[in-house]
Amino acid sequence: MPRLTRYFIKTGMLYLLLALLVAGVMAAVPVLQLSPKLGVLRPVFYHLLMVGWVTQLIFGVGHWMFPKFSKDQPRGREQLAWATFILLNAGLLLRLVGEPLVALSPEANAGWVLFLSALLQLIAGWLFILNVWPRIKER
Amino acid sequence: MPRLSVWMVRSALLHLGVGLTIGALLLWNKGLPFDAWLWLLRDTHINLLLVGWTLQFALGMMVWVMPRFTAAPRYGNLRLGWWGWGLLNGGVLLAAGGVWLGSMCTFAGYVAQAAAFVLFLFLIWRRIKPFAT
Repeated sequence: MPRLTRYFIKTGMLYLLLALLVAGVMAAVPVLQLSPKLGVLRPVFYHLLMVGWVTQLIFGVGHWMFPKFSKDQPRGREQLAWATFILLNAGLLLRLVGEPLVALSPEANAGWVLFLSALLQLIAGWLFILNVWPRIKER
Repeated sequence: MPRLSVWMVRSALLHLGVGLTIGALLLWNKGLPFDAWLWLLRDTHINLLLVGWTLQFALGMMVWVMPRFTAAPRYGNLRLGWWGWGLLNGGVLLAAGGVWLGSMCTFAGYVAQAAAFVLFLFLIWRRIKPFAT
């Protein structure tokens, strides 16, 4: 299994753990009478699960198992794949911090964190698509 | 990789690209608001990424990697899969169109998606088996 695939899968598993913890915190709100403001974590939970875990798992396994691009570059352009990994995770971490911050402290003017998060994840996604597209072929 | 899987995975990638672009606009708009109307695209964003990307990718990979039959047709009745591909992608587009064309369009889209999934069940079910049977 290529090193990048291991990074994708292991990072994805950490996000899954984090998503489950966030879900647990939200479920504990009425039980432990925690602040209802913790409800702002709901979109964070969904994106930890679907981007951090599911999509990252697919990216990692796809990088590993799709038909080879060529003999010299079996997995396409490795730099693009690494850039996908770094940008996707940087974007998601920014969201993890920025979304509650924007919702709970509008006066902090942290909207640019969400803009940057969106931009990084968008670039990561399209880099993955462009890099993997030629590998989706009959053999 | 059979041709159906190629088309399904590539279609899934296109849904990922469009769904992610809409998602990025929504997140940008959440941080630095520029158009309240954008929020109407939230359901489209979710449907594109859950059904168009994740589900279609998983089904396309299953058509490819599940144990094949020893006799032809080795992948099973792929005609079912092609109908499923059309219904799934048409369904996602119809559901997305519901933002402009109304709830009947969205409903038709979800029915098409469900029908697509039933066709894939018929295609894949018997291939979930031990090897070489």
